[in-house]
Amino acid sequence: MNYKFFPHTDEDIRAMLKTCGERSLDDLYKDVPSELVLKREYALPDAFSEVDIRRYFDELGSFNTPLTCFVGAGCYDHYSPSVVNDMMRRSEFLTSYTPYQAEISQGTLQYIFEYQSMMTQLTGMEVSNASMYDGCTATAEAMMMAVANAKKRNKVLISDTVNPIIIRVVETYAKFHGVVVEHIKEENGVTSRSDFEEKIAKDDVAGVIVASPNFYGILEDYTGWADLCHEHKSLLIMNCVASALGVIKTPAEWGADIAVGDGQSLGIPMNFGGPYVGYLCTSKKLIRKMPGRIVGATVDTDGKRTFVLTLQAREQHIRREKATSNICSNESLMALYVTIYLSLMGKQGLREVNEMGYSGAHYLAEKLSQTGKFELAYPDQPFLNEFVVKTDLDIDQLQDWCVDEGMQAGLKLDEHRLLLCVTEMRSKNEIDALVESIEDFINSNQEEA
Amino acid sequence: MSKIIEGLYYSESHEYVRVEGEFGYIGITDHAQHELGNVVYVDMPEVDDEVTAGEDFGAVESTKAASDLICPVSGTVVEVNEALEDEPGLINKDAFENWIIKVQLSDKGELDNLMDAAGYKAMIGE
Amino acid sequence: MNNVYYGKLIFELSREGRRGYSLPKNEMSDYKLESLPGTLLRSAAPGLPECDELTVVRHYTNMSNNNFGVDTGFYPLGSCTMKYNPKINEDMASHPSFSGLHPLQSIDTVQGALEVYDRVQESLAELAGMKEFTLNPFAGAHGELTGLMVMRSYHMSRGDVKRTKVIVPDSAHGTNPASAAVCGLDVVVVKSRPDGTVDVDDLRPLLDDTIAGMMMTNPNTLGIFEHSIGEIAKLVHECGGLMYYDGANLNPMLGKVRPGDIGFDIMHINLHKTFSTPHGGGGPGSGPVGVRAGLEQFLPSPHVVRKDIDADSYRYDVEFGNDSLGSISGFLGNFAVMMRAYTYILSLGHENVKMVGPLATLNANYIKESLKDVYELPLEGVCKHEFVFDGLKDKSTGVTTLDVAKRLLDYGFHAPTIYFPLLFHEALMIEPCETESKETLDAFIAVMRKIAQEAKEQPEMVKSAPHHTPVRRLDDTQAALKPIVTYAELSSMVD
Repeated sequence: MNYKFFPHTDEDIRAMLKTCGERSLDDLYKDVPSELVLKREYALPDAFSEVDIRRYFDELGSFNTPLTCFVGAGCYDHYSPSVVNDMMRRSEFLTSYTPYQAEISQGTLQYIFEYQSMMTQLTGMEVSNASMYDGCTATAEAMMMAVANAKKRNKVLISDTVNPIIIRVVETYAKFHGVVVEHIKEENGVTSRSDFEEKIAKDDVAGVIVASPNFYGILEDYTGWADLCHEHKSLLIMNCVASALGVIKTPAEWGADIAVGDGQSLGIPMNFGGPYVGYLCTSKKLIRKMPGRIVGATVDTDGKRTFVLTLQAREQHIRREKATSNICSNESLMALYVTIYLSLMGKQGLREVNEMGYSGAHYLAEKLSQTGKFELAYPDQPFLNEFVVKTDLDIDQLQDWCVDEGMQAGLKLDEHRLLLCVTEMRSKNEIDALVESIEDFINSNQEEA
Repeated sequence: MSKIIEGLYYSESHEYVRVEGEFGYIGITDHAQHELGNVVYVDMPEVDDEVTAGEDFGAVESTKAASDLICPVSGTVVEVNEALEDEPGLINKDAFENWIIKVQLSDKGELDNLMDAAGYKAMIGE
Repeated sequence: MNNVYYGKLIFELSREGRRGYSLPKNEMSDYKLESLPGTLLRSAAPGLPECDELTVVRHYTNMSNNNFGVDTGFYPLGSCTMKYNPKINEDMASHPSFSGLHPLQSIDTVQGALEVYDRVQESLAELAGMKEFTLNPFAGAHGELTGLMVMRSYHMSRGDVKRTKVIVPDSAHGTNPASAAVCGLDVVVVKSRPDGTVDVDDLRPLLDDTIAGMMMTNPNTLGIFEHSIGEIAKLVHECGGLMYYDGANLNPMLGKVRPGDIGFDIMHINLHKTFSTPHGGGGPGSGPVGVRAGLEQFLPSPHVVRKDIDADSYRYDVEFGNDSLGSISGFLGNFAVMMRAYTYILSLGHENVKMVGPLATLNANYIKESLKDVYELPLEGVCKHEFVFDGLKDKSTGVTTLDVAKRLLDYGFHAPTIYFPLLFHEALMIEPCETESKETLDAFIAVMRKIAQEAKEQPEMVKSAPHHTPVRRLDDTQAALKPIVTYAELSSMVD
């Protein structure tokens, strides 16, 4: 052999086969019935050199168009300091497995402990797990957790103002897990209080899922919701954009029992959809119902403060079919992104990020309404850095027009509504350029007419 | 060899019932605590909860295992052993002394479905 | 790796007023966040650390030095396929033409990314003998769940609603039954024969019209090829069930056997095992699910489709099919992980990928044969990519598998998987990947023999191992009894 990932020389192979008492590599498969053995070459390309690979991906990459991003909807274009990416490449973190051998895995265990500590600070909750796949599956896990906690109830309510991408995943899990999902109606961009009151009063609901900020970027007022849930023996599950938690009222302050969401907004690249990280936090009372791994502090035999995976008996590899979740990993490396990002940003940096998003979004909203062709879809609702505008313009054409100028002008919700997002990454110049491009589009339409 | 006490009723899932008048004290057997190892948590129902024979009423968790508690009899929970909340390891010290719940029995006839000490001893092969 | 324990937490390095970031000036600061109603804002800032940049860099560098990875040393962890993670994979995963793409960008602006997705699914289909793959699942367990959803969707589409049970061997990973339960299926356990293969006689009476299918790994958890697979698949298919292949042990099959050719209908692959993407301390992984022809319409949404425009050109689109089981991910899975796996497949090419299985198998058999005189080998004969010892041969010393594992850490090796599978009391499961050299294996063998010797001569020393690691054995009872899971709790206890 002479291939870079295989260290075996011909002499090595001969010597090793001899030790095994076999004559050839094929003999090592003599236990496989011959009719099951593949007898042809794989229809795959010849090996690429590193130079070939770089060339190939450069070429494929040229079919992508990088755009100035004015879309959020679950994935946010935030700045990640150079330190984050640099630390991420440290192979001691990157190439390690789950920290089962705690004596040689304190690095991983410590940063997960820090991650849990930071997520509980952000959400205000008492405990956090070691992270999950993404915000959608974390919300589905929270739903299953609520159902398992309620024992004899199998219904959850979900607000129509939750991101439909999350709802889709929750409903898929629910369908197979035997959970009934009922929707709480939307009214003027927020969850209908009266519909909620009516549905929770039936005393058959295990959990209620709401969002903050919601899909439209609106900060809803959930005063009294938790009390009503608890009165009817239901849990309140709140899905929040992680970065926003730096400034918005926390799930704990609203009285929620479970806080979930995606941590991508905390320094993780957009990566065309993944990997991201799901967070799930809850109260100490529910810690043993919480899915996923948890790291806890303890001591070693010398009395040193150390960290270890704990409460593992709840997990699938011991509970098997009795486990309430089948998750058996976490999104560890992505939790490290979040941990280092938050170590750098601290409480002040995260506030500034939110202030800039707020300023940019409100500036853009005002500029758009000044064109006379847009108005806020929910003008009396407060928003942070995402908002919906109504328009009679053809949204598809408008978006294509902006793409040609290198900009992604939001997400089309329907024929008349457009969801836009501004983060600290968008300069005033870029926002002005978007508005200008839209004005050009309006003018060109008028000329045609 | 684990301890087995005469006069108690035993289930196949290693719970016992000690009957005193209308009431049954339910816990896990000494054999079960041996198998589990260091108990770190006991999940218990609340007073006034209804429990049903054959259904789970909680769970015991050790560092290496977690096991549902299956109720050997039906009835209403009148007391839970609160000492186990702070010190679940009491079960390892004496599983028969440290019962988990006290139940007002709704059907004493259900006791006939359980094993006596000799039957349980044979089942666990000791 | 540094064997001196670092052990500090970032919170302990925090000093009020320090900054570790710089952001552009807010040019639109007339719009003030403070104008939001106070009832919608948090009452106090979160207790996050305040540190300068160098403090953060040193902290995580020092922390990483207390960690062991594949780049540090040999990682013979059974069933985890800890192979070398090529560096070029990482470069491609952060390729700037891909990593900055928003998943909801206009389709025409992400054609290169969609082509990667399509090519990866096509390559996996060829390697596994399946019709089509979805790359959306985030991990192996997530793939299992998705595959079982495909299984249920298939039966439901035929109105065959009685099929709510899935057969799982008693030797299976705990994830199999847990995934089945999450998917709303009841688990029926089939017994293993002493060699860990499925007992076909025990299987037969379990098969009826309530069986949705059967989950299997092959080779099984003992590294033994299920030679009765043909008969098992035939029986399950005859009763109307589908065969699910758990790809946890796919590595030795590369170059030799394709799951789709030996009777499996649905399967998942762990890209973080067989296709060299890094484990990252527990994730992110990726668990693509493949299906045979006739099941592809049930795969999850969104789904990438290639549409031919004319003979020379095509365009990719993203669809939500009517028969699809639904969505199990927000977008198209862990895309950056796919970039790594694709880089690996291209690097190997057809001429090298076929050597992965045989060389991994050679390495495993070499260790097995070199140590079976001192460690208890319950099953003679060739294994595939991994095998299990039932502890030390000499049981009189009182030295357990846990002790051997811990002592290995002192010698700079990661421990094998221990106490799994449950078929043996002292299981020690060893998987050396194809990327390990004979010199590495010889060094490991020498240390394993030395530990066996130490167990006889200084058993107490082995039982109290490790001695040279950053920390010693940990008290996990204390950790579980009174869980302390945040810095806030930890610091309140000290005060």
